[in-house]
Amino acid sequence: MILDIGFETMPREDLEAIVLRRLKATIDHVYANVPFYRKKFEENHITPNDIKSLEDLKQIPFTTKKDLRDNYPFGMFAVPMDNVVRIHASSGTTGKPTVVGYTARDINTWAELMARALAAGGATRGDIIHNAYGYGLFTGGLGVHYGAEKLGASVIPVSGGNTKRQIIIMKDFGPTILTATPSYTLHLAEVAEEMGVSFRDLKFKFGIFGAEPWSENMRQEIEQKLNIIAVDIYGLSEIMGPGVAIECHEAKKGLHIFEDHFIPEIIDPGTGEVLPYGETGELVFTTITKEAFPLIRYRTRDITSLNPEPCICGRTHIRMNRVSGRTDDMLIIRGVNVFPSQIESVLMGINEVEPHYQLIVDRKDKLDTLTVLVEVEERLFSDEVKVLQNLERKVSKNIKEYLGVSAKVKLVEPKAIARSQGKAVRVIDNRKI
Amino acid sequence: MRAEQISVFLENKAGRLAEVAAILAEADVNIRALALADTSDFGVLRLITNDNQKAMQALKNRGFTVSKTDVVAVEVEDKPGGLNRILDILHQAEINVEYMYAFVQHNGKNAVMIFRIDAIDEAIKLLQKNNITVIEGSQVYTM
Repeated sequence: MILDIGFETMPREDLEAIVLRRLKATIDHVYANVPFYRKKFEENHITPNDIKSLEDLKQIPFTTKKDLRDNYPFGMFAVPMDNVVRIHASSGTTGKPTVVGYTARDINTWAELMARALAAGGATRGDIIHNAYGYGLFTGGLGVHYGAEKLGASVIPVSGGNTKRQIIIMKDFGPTILTATPSYTLHLAEVAEEMGVSFRDLKFKFGIFGAEPWSENMRQEIEQKLNIIAVDIYGLSEIMGPGVAIECHEAKKGLHIFEDHFIPEIIDPGTGEVLPYGETGELVFTTITKEAFPLIRYRTRDITSLNPEPCICGRTHIRMNRVSGRTDDMLIIRGVNVFPSQIESVLMGINEVEPHYQLIVDRKDKLDTLTVLVEVEERLFSDEVKVLQNLERKVSKNIKEYLGVSAKVKLVEPKAIARSQGKAVRVIDNRKI
Repeated sequence: MRAEQISVFLENKAGRLAEVAAILAEADVNIRALALADTSDFGVLRLITNDNQKAMQALKNRGFTVSKTDVVAVEVEDKPGGLNRILDILHQAEINVEYMYAFVQHNGKNAVMIFRIDAIDEAIKLLQKNNITVIEGSQVYTM
């Protein structure tokens, strides 16, 4: 179902007129209210008046994750805190998270876009939505939740974890739509099987999955095991959260970007040059309706391509293909963003030494597992086993506390971690996605 | 009256102990006493040799993590209750034994045990006061 026929199926010409108007308003807004942007514009001799067409957007320099970090926590906010009603955060590349804010209108916009996304994925107001995205600083849980309420569906805010309890709820409450990360979904399927519950006896019709990379193979596996139609959803907290782009269940071939709110570009990550439709590169977004946290040409680090072909569903909004990778070393483990540098900070924080370490990511029983190997150098070593075991526990506990992801810590002998050209290999990702 | 022990970090996998033994053999070092504490992932090998300095250097050269720790070597009567008497004395004084292991050789009629104790000087004084023989380090290495 298309929730907002007016905007979602708008002829391209009309849509582009609205986009330009909104872009100009956003440029005025950030120039007036975000010192970071005013400075950036001035350094590049750009004034808001120079942006006369969508083409002119290319003149403006990119915004990067580093810019957000330099302005931590609230430096990029474009409204006074009085007008901010919600704050979310996601992992940054160092110990500090990336912080985003929302005004009441931003929350409403987000809920509307998320409601559109749920509708595109097959949900209606009569549905019961089992929302297994995590609730908290992570935008997944609350983003889907507000969208479900906006749509008028019934939402079960079950969040992540307690898998057996989730299966019982699925059996007893009869939800018809599942929202979760794809890997957790496959884990749910396995636990259900162990408990003697068949998804074929449950009432699920559609599933809306995202927050981590997945593949066509995983889609087929989920659809077959859960007896549902599965669609891909895309979002990132910096731009808004889930609901930036959604696959329609009719085509299941690429995700429609809500272009009346976000301008997508694909660039060559090396040169920054804008690439034509169809070519693969780094996805860049400009928000054009956000009040509290507008971003101009934000480099997502996600690699994909754009497809302007008309879609059978009737939506006129451009489609992005599945995200195929990252331009940085970010890992997504059970939906949580993890940078190797964060693990390094945790290790440094414990002994003030920089140990050699390696992250090994696996997928066991459909769940991502993270093992952190730490080489035991003299400064970490003790003749007492309990001291070494406490070290393992402490590293594991701090990773959980700072990053929100469970890790098994394993102490290894010096030089046990492979070096390539003298440099330790920091990440081994054994997942077959 | 302290004796010196070296400890080696080992991953819990096949061949690691053999490797240590081979390195020590190559360095012409004789093992006098040893104990291995292990978990599912790793182990800590504690050794007393006839030349700890040489043993340590040889192991370090081959990339092992090695440390030195002071321990106490104590003569224990080789009869029922011999060990109990010593542990009792330490227990009464609330001195905690982190771990202990036995020496390969006897000293005359008595067995020799190695104790790893945090309050090491206090423990030595206490044992000597109770007429228990604490063996000098230099003597331990060449026993």
